[in-house]
Amino acid sequence: MAHSHAVKRYSGLMDWLTTVDHKKIGILYFLAGGIFFLIGGLEALLIRIQLMFPDNQIFIGGTYNQILTMHGTTMIFLAAMPLLFGFMNAIVPLQIGARDVAFPFLNSLGFWLFVFGGLLLNLSWFLGGAPDAGWTAYAPLSSDTSLRGVDFYAMGLQIAGLGTLIGGINFLVTIINMRAPGMTFMRMPMFTWTSFVTSVLILFAFPAVTVGLVELTFDRLFDGNFFNVSKGGNEVLWEHIFWIFGHPEVYILILPAFGIISEVVSTFSRKRLFGYSSMVFATLLIGFLSFMVWVHHMFTTGLGPVANGIFAVATMAIAVPTGIKIFNWLFTMWGGQIIFNSSNLWAIAFIPTFVMGGMTGVMLAVPPADFQYHDSYFVVAHFHYVIVGGLIFGIFSGFYYWWPKMFGRMLHEGLGQLNFWTFMIGFHLTFFPQHFLGLMGMPRRVFTYETGVQLEMGNMASSIGAFLMGIGTIAFVLNIIITALKPKNAPADPWDGRSLEWSIPSPAPEYNFKQTPLVRGLDAFWKEKRAGNKEMTPAEPIGSIHMPSPTILPFFMSVGLFIAGFGFMYAKYDFENGLLATLFGNHIIAIIGLVITFLCMFLRSVYDDHGWHIEPEELEDKGVKA
Amino acid sequence: MAHAASHHDHDHGHHDQEELKTFGFWIFLMTDCILFATLFATFVVLRLNTSGGPTAEELFSMPGIIAETFILLTSSFTSGLAVLSMQKGDKKGLIGWLIVTLALGIAFVTMEITEFVHMVHEGATISTSGFLSSFFTLVGAHGLHVSIGIVWMIALVLQLARRGITSVTKRKVTIISLYWHFLDVVWIFVFTVVYLMGVM
Repeated sequence: MAHSHAVKRYSGLMDWLTTVDHKKIGILYFLAGGIFFLIGGLEALLIRIQLMFPDNQIFIGGTYNQILTMHGTTMIFLAAMPLLFGFMNAIVPLQIGARDVAFPFLNSLGFWLFVFGGLLLNLSWFLGGAPDAGWTAYAPLSSDTSLRGVDFYAMGLQIAGLGTLIGGINFLVTIINMRAPGMTFMRMPMFTWTSFVTSVLILFAFPAVTVGLVELTFDRLFDGNFFNVSKGGNEVLWEHIFWIFGHPEVYILILPAFGIISEVVSTFSRKRLFGYSSMVFATLLIGFLSFMVWVHHMFTTGLGPVANGIFAVATMAIAVPTGIKIFNWLFTMWGGQIIFNSSNLWAIAFIPTFVMGGMTGVMLAVPPADFQYHDSYFVVAHFHYVIVGGLIFGIFSGFYYWWPKMFGRMLHEGLGQLNFWTFMIGFHLTFFPQHFLGLMGMPRRVFTYETGVQLEMGNMASSIGAFLMGIGTIAFVLNIIITALKPKNAPADPWDGRSLEWSIPSPAPEYNFKQTPLVRGLDAFWKEKRAGNKEMTPAEPIGSIHMPSPTILPFFMSVGLFIAGFGFMYAKYDFENGLLATLFGNHIIAIIGLVITFLCMFLRSVYDDHGWHIEPEELEDKGVKA
Repeated sequence: MAHAASHHDHDHGHHDQEELKTFGFWIFLMTDCILFATLFATFVVLRLNTSGGPTAEELFSMPGIIAETFILLTSSFTSGLAVLSMQKGDKKGLIGWLIVTLALGIAFVTMEITEFVHMVHEGATISTSGFLSSFFTLVGAHGLHVSIGIVWMIALVLQLARRGITSVTKRKVTIISLYWHFLDVVWIFVFTVVYLMGVM
C-alpha cells in the first residue's frame, strides 16, 4: 500500500523540538540529563568545599541545606533517571528488532515533561531559594512554608514524575509487543530485560510518589492537614509513602546499570553471558523484593521490633539475587579473552565497587546496628557506593560501548582511560573515608564539624577525591567535544557485538531495520556471525515503512503544565504589582496553563496522525550494507 | 509471541497500533489503581483523626450518597450498552447510549459538587482536620476522574458523529468504557470505605 502522506519535515531546532524518533529523544535525554549531572556535580563540589576544613564559613545554614537538597534531588531525578531513559530510548528498540517504540508521541511527551519539571525545580535558585528539606523532604520540615523552596520540589517533581510514568508505560508496551519474530522473552538481551523490569517498577512505584507530592502540595498551598499533627495529620505517613516509592526507585536506577554491565562484560570477554536464565530470574526477584523493604529506611522511626525484624530479613534477602549477578559476571569473565578498553574498565571496576556498597547495605539492614549508623556519613558512603559506583560507572561504561551506535563516532580511547582512572580513583578517595567518618560520629546533612575530633583528615581526603572526580568528568566532556569534531566513520559492529543493534549501520537509520530481522537464538547477531552470515536473516520482504509524524504538541503540553505549576505556587504570594496579584491570586495563570495542556490533548484527539511512509526506493538509496 | 509473528503486513500498521493503545491503556489503569490505593491508604490512616472537627457520621447523609451510587452504577451499565451497539455497528445506538451515560455522569458529578459545597458551608473544609483533608482528596480525585471522563466522552461523541465507527473511534470507545467501568469499581470502594465505614 503505497499511499504516502505529505508530511512536514522540520530541520534544525524545530526538528529536535518536534521529533518522535526514539533515537533522537534518547540523545535529548542525554543532553538534558548530562547538563543536570553537571549542575548536581557542581553542587557536590560546593558541599565538599564547605566540608574541606573544620568550622568553614562558606556555605552554612540554610544555604548548605539548599545545596545538599538540590544535589540529591537533581542527581536522582534529573540526572540518573534521564540518563538511563536515554539508554533505554536509544538502545532497547534496536535490541528487540523494532522500528520504533509503541507510543512515539508519549515518548516525546515524557521527555518534555521531565525537562520542564527539572527546569521548574532549578528555577527555585533564582526565585527565593531552593528546596531545603533534603531529597526525602520529610514532614514536618517540608511543611514549613516560611520558605518557598519545597513548593518547587513538589511541583517540579510532580511534573517530571508524570514524564517518567509515561515513559515506563511506553517501554513496557514496547518490550511486550514489538519484539521481532523469534525474539522470545528468554532471548532478550539483558539490557532489555532490566529495562523491562525497571519499567514495571516505575509503573508500581511512581503513582505512590504522585500521591505523596499531591498531599505535600495540598498541605503547603491549600492548608491541608495530611502531615500536620496538630490537626490530626500524620508525619510518618509521608515517610511510608515516600519510601514505598523511594526504595523501588533506587532499583529502578540500578537495574538498567546491571543490564549495561551484563552486555559489556559479555561482549568484551567474547563469551556469552554466564547463567543467562539465572540472571533474568535474579532481576525479577530483585524487582519483586524492592517493594518489600521500604521500612529499612525507617528503622529508627519506631515501628517496633516486629516490623523492623521482618523488613531486616527481607532486605538481607536481596543480597542473594544480587550475589547471583555478581558471580555470573565473574564467571562470564573467567576464561574469556578480556579486552581492557575504557568501556570494559568501567564495567570491571563496577563489580568490586558495587560489592562494597552491597556489603555496607547488609550492615545497614541489621536494625540494632542501624541505630548506630543512621543519619551518619556511613549511610552517605553506602549509597554513593551503590549509586555512583553502581549506576554512574554503568552509565559511563554504556557511553563508551554504545557511543558509536548512537552517534556514528568512536569516543577517544586515551581520554577514556584518563576519564576512567581519575574518576574511579577520585570516587574511592571521596567515599571510602566517609565510612569511617560516619563510624566516628559525623552526622550527614550537617554543614560543619569541629577541630580536634579527628574528622579533618577524612574530610580533606574526601574533598580532594571530589575534585579528582570533577577532573574525570571534564575529561569526559572534552572527549565528547573532540569526538564530535571527527568524521562519522564508526563501523557498524566495532566490538564484534552480540545483539541486534550491531547488525545495523552506525548510527542507526531512522527506520532502524530495513527489514525486520528473524531472531534464531540468544545473542542473535553473534549466532548469525558464527553461522557465517554477515547480517541477520530478514523476516519480511523490503516494503514501505510506516513512520509517525513529528509533532510540537508534547512540547506545548509540558509548557502548559509548567505555567500551571507556577500559577498554583504563587497563588497566595504577596505581589507588589497589582496586575500580577490579580492574575495569580485568582488562579488565572494556573488555569491558562491547564487550558494550554488540555487544548493540546484535544487537538491530539481530533486530528488523527496518519504518519508517513519511507518507500522501498528511498531505502535502496540510503541502504548502507551492514 | 503471536503478536510479533503476525506483525508482517506492516503496512496496515494502523490496526496493530489500535491494539497497542488499548493494551497501553490497561497498563495506565494499573497505575491509576495504585494511585487510588495510596489515596485509600492515606484515608484509612487519617479517617478517625477529626481533630475536634465534624466526624464522618455527622457529615454524611446516606440517601444522597446511595442515589449517587446507583446513578454511577447505571451509567456503567449504559456505557456497556454503548459498546454492544458499537459492536453491532449501530452508530445511532452507540451515540445514544453514550449520551445517556454522559447525562448520568453529569448528574453524579453535580450531586457530588453539591455535597461538597454543602459540607464547606457547614465549615468542613480541607483545612479542618486530617480526616477531611484525606476525604476531599480521595473523593475529589475520583470526582475529577469522572469529570475528565465526561469531557473526553463529549469529544468522542462529536468524533463519532462526524466520522462514524472506524477502527480508531472503535478503539477510543473501548478505552473510555474501560475507564468508566474502572471508575465505577473505584467508587464501590469509596462507597464502602469512606461512606459505609464512616456512618457505621
